[in-house]
Amino acid sequence: MTGKFDIFELLIGDPGERDYEKKPVIIQGITGNFGSAHARLMKAYGTNVVAGITPGKGGQDFEGIPVYNSVQEACKNVDAKISGIFVPAPFFLKAAKEALDNGIKLLVAIPEHVPVRDAIDVVEYAKSKNARIIGPNTPGVIVPEITKIGIMPHQPFKPGTTAVFSRSGTLMYEVSFHLSKAGIGQRIALGIGGDPINGTNLIEAFELIRHRDDVESVVIVGEIGGDAEEQLAEYIMKINFTKPVVGYIAGRSAPKEKTMGHAGAIIYGNYGSAESKISSFTNANVPVAKRPAEIPELLLRKMKK
Amino acid sequence: MRLLEYQGKQLFSEYGIPVPVSQLALDEQEALEASKKIGFPLMLKSQLTVGGRGKAGAIVKCSNESEFITKFNELLHKDVKGELPKGILVEGMINIAKELYVSLFLNRGKRCFTLISSNEGGVNIESVDSKIIIDLPHTGLSKELVQDLATRLGLEAKPATLFVDFILKLSHLVKDKEAELAEINPLAILSDGSCMALDSKVIIDDNSIFRHPELKKFQQVSELQARAEESGFSFVELDGNIAIIGNGAGLVMSTLDLVNDNAGKPGAFLDFGGRATTETIYQALEVISKIPRIKAILVNLFGGIVRTDLVAQAILNAYSDGIIGVPIYARISGAESVKAKEMLAGSRAKIYDSVEEAISSLMSHVSGSSS
Repeated sequence: MTGKFDIFELLIGDPGERDYEKKPVIIQGITGNFGSAHARLMKAYGTNVVAGITPGKGGQDFEGIPVYNSVQEACKNVDAKISGIFVPAPFFLKAAKEALDNGIKLLVAIPEHVPVRDAIDVVEYAKSKNARIIGPNTPGVIVPEITKIGIMPHQPFKPGTTAVFSRSGTLMYEVSFHLSKAGIGQRIALGIGGDPINGTNLIEAFELIRHRDDVESVVIVGEIGGDAEEQLAEYIMKINFTKPVVGYIAGRSAPKEKTMGHAGAIIYGNYGSAESKISSFTNANVPVAKRPAEIPELLLRKMKK
Repeated sequence: MRLLEYQGKQLFSEYGIPVPVSQLALDEQEALEASKKIGFPLMLKSQLTVGGRGKAGAIVKCSNESEFITKFNELLHKDVKGELPKGILVEGMINIAKELYVSLFLNRGKRCFTLISSNEGGVNIESVDSKIIIDLPHTGLSKELVQDLATRLGLEAKPATLFVDFILKLSHLVKDKEAELAEINPLAILSDGSCMALDSKVIIDDNSIFRHPELKKFQQVSELQARAEESGFSFVELDGNIAIIGNGAGLVMSTLDLVNDNAGKPGAFLDFGGRATTETIYQALEVISKIPRIKAILVNLFGGIVRTDLVAQAILNAYSDGIIGVPIYARISGAESVKAKEMLAGSRAKIYDSVEEAISSLMSHVSGSSS
């Protein structure tokens, strides 16, 4: 199902390549408040933002980044395989398909409140194009000190060999902050997204780093809702995943049948409950931290074994 | 958005899915009128969004008018798991020959819709062994697929035909209305072979409501909730006395857990999202100020991009405008946090470097003032 999709190839490339560590990125919705603020921050971080797209604003220039009317127009002028989408949720479906139709292979879907039907459509469409979606409702993906596509602040992230996969944005920052403080840097931090449908789910995220020597450990930041953590736990046991893994689950005290901020964070009966996730992780020999600040300690202990 | 039973049944009727004759009653007068129209015996069903109504005694049978009034008033004022009914559905009795279970829901892991059915309806499906599970192709449910299902469920000629029609209609409803779940338990097969939905549990994708104006009438939003949503916040009212505010759903949930671990009782969950400005924080404090039982506010803000001095300014404004009168315990990390601390010195707000420290100070205040 996951094929041989290589996110590192897309994000960083090989040392021999001209654009090694400088892979071109386009920003859809670059002239909106949100898109422009983050395009600026990404560029400042070192992300090679080569074009922006806003229909009707083609020909303009955003702080040295050329703006085009469509992805098609942009892709005639630049050779980007990565797009960050910052359009409002109702326009996501159209923007995403447009990107996939024009050779984008990694689509970072920032918008929150994308309808489930649109998310399923886009994920299916991406599969047919051998492309990958991160999100929707994700803070994006960062390879510390190389590139970031998303809305995360860069301060919490330091380069290293851990992978952080998180269903929550702010907790991804919080956990990475604690890891960095403890001297554990990250090779990659990727926001799975807070919605019920994730373009890259936890298992698919694990597949991205499974065979990589530059990733030595994994931190999972899960939360209530759905059964992605339970399925991940089964996967970890089934493939006998050997890198040290530590987990955290937010929402232990959340009431049932209430959407806790994220569209995907809702418990029905035992389905989606924190207890179910924690017991699955424990069963798969993945220690679960009680507090975000406890994660580095658990990981260091696990790495020593 | 979880629809109430009667709302779900309204949708069913629109799609030609048979339901028993019924009428919603909000008071005794309406109930009496409904009973006259429907006739005895009949059922009274409390309209709640929480599950487990049957077990909680919120569904009762009435044989005559004298017990009807008593039972109606009892149900109308009976809360189940803290929720009062939004009316009572008065419904005609149905003679059931056989009960099935059907659920069509969003399968998050497989990113498709899945149909679960069983010929053991009317009970908790989790305890049933004989479930038939079909993952729907992205093209939707085909007639052949449902015909095959009817056979596997052991339905005979007439009920099988009507069942196929029933399920196809349900699948249209789920698709058109962008439901995440449509569960019918039980789906009754009557003695004449027809199918009928005796209950409904329908959940609509909240994020799709913008293209379904026809469903807006079903939204049950408290005034406070509406206010919070207007400002772009995610807000859940809880029953404790500590309001928890932060930037990010996961972070606020995590803070809720920490408060709970320290024997605190969260009274509100408020996520003001990624764009924290002086104005949004002020609005968040305004929402919280409308909950009288709140004794303290815990702010957990992980910054970086967020300017914490803007947050400090909002807190100062809220105090000087008299919006809030309770102390604020804040963990604010991020840009300008030294400045933010200086700004708040001398106010009723205290800033801490870690959320653990903020909670421990907050707890000594809350437990001190309640004893």
